[in-house]
Amino acid sequence: MTTKLSNAQIAWRAAQDIQDGAYVNLGIGFPEMVAKFKPDGREVIYHTENGILDFGEAPAAGEEDWDLINAGKKAVTLNPGASFFHHADSFAMVRGGHLDVAILGAYEVAENGDLANWSTGPGSVPAVGGAMDLVHGAKRVCVITDHVTKKGEPKLVKKCSLPLTGVGCVTTVYTSLAVIDIVNSRFVLREKLPGMSVEELQAVTGAELVIDGPVKDLIVPEV
Amino acid sequence: MNKLSSSVEAAVADIADGDVVMIGGFGGAGAPIELIHALVERFRKTGSPKNLTVINNNAGNGAIGIAALLYAGMVAKMVCSFPRSTDPKAFTDLYLAGKIELELVPQGTLAERIRAAGAGIPAFYTPSSYGTLVAEGKPIAEFDGKHYVQERWLKADVALIKAELADTKGNLTYHMAARNFSPLMAMAAKVTVVQASKVVEAGEINPEHVVTPGIFVNRIVEVQNPQQEEVLLREGVVA
Repeated sequence: MTTKLSNAQIAWRAAQDIQDGAYVNLGIGFPEMVAKFKPDGREVIYHTENGILDFGEAPAAGEEDWDLINAGKKAVTLNPGASFFHHADSFAMVRGGHLDVAILGAYEVAENGDLANWSTGPGSVPAVGGAMDLVHGAKRVCVITDHVTKKGEPKLVKKCSLPLTGVGCVTTVYTSLAVIDIVNSRFVLREKLPGMSVEELQAVTGAELVIDGPVKDLIVPEV
Repeated sequence: MNKLSSSVEAAVADIADGDVVMIGGFGGAGAPIELIHALVERFRKTGSPKNLTVINNNAGNGAIGIAALLYAGMVAKMVCSFPRSTDPKAFTDLYLAGKIELELVPQGTLAERIRAAGAGIPAFYTPSSYGTLVAEGKPIAEFDGKHYVQERWLKADVALIKAELADTKGNLTYHMAARNFSPLMAMAAKVTVVQASKVVEAGEINPEHVVTPGIFVNRIVEVQNPQQEEVLLREGVVA
């Protein structure tokens, strides 16, 4: 019995909802994993903030060109039809509403779609990168995350306690336990692990889960 | 018209104490290492330039490039979006000790502020950072039912950038994703200094391929086979 999805499984689930022909930005780190699980037969064009559309997988070790990197500063390759552009054009693609999907990680997501994912508060060096831009403009802003923190606290909350990345910006959350859309400032439950009751899921969620339509079983293969 | 400088030393010789310096590059891609290191060398010999404000996406990595400027003690303020890297010790130590000022700017806002300066647009509105700490104290306005934050142009005294090809009139092309902020910075600085891997005669770059037109470029120096920050980092090189 699956008690929760692995990160790879969360990434797999998020990848299933990326439509053929979509222009997609994957955040640094965990979200980059989504690319691995693109369903066969779908063409997806990946955007990276530092100025590439349609980059491909990492090159073999020793084959890197360090002027050909993604936003995480990892070496990438180019797909046929790739293009380069400067940073202002890159963020015009972001803010101008040209991306179909942005997928990010999160510390907290609030029921109204507020996202906190850039700062854990004072005492560290703050760094925001492109996150505050990415949450505005993409047609779907998706979060992939464990459902709870390492201490077991809910990451889906009524109101974020950490500094915000954006206000009311998240459209869908893919967690280790559920798939949740944010509609009219409420968490609407779409899918949950079959072994878990709504009550059990609610107990580890920091705001009310609304049932509006069928709740499907969240079934993900071993990946 | 000839914009060629005789050396990297000559190209950066008039950068003054207190100058605002834009430095092209995103991580190691596009970082003008030779120009930066010429500046560090000048400081070691003469004690100048110091109290610089440096504008870059990042805040140095390891002990070369911008990190070398930081270790030399030449930088009073960093303007950047992401002061973290695989080895951010140079900046982190200064910042946590209160010895350097940080202006944190979302990446797209940073790019647009630089572009706006180059285009003569003093301010603009963006949705980025609305409702966050970064927007505190900035004017907010509503357009078509949505909130936007007013951001101002970001100018510089000097831009140091790296190009692949330059012609003698200052037209530039870049190598792959190394262009990143450089075409914007070239527009936004009073003086734009370019290190190009190859300098060719005017007319040898197809006008259709020019990314930065020469009007934005003041000074060019040829640096063949330039060093690459990421490669130097992996080799553990210290400036």
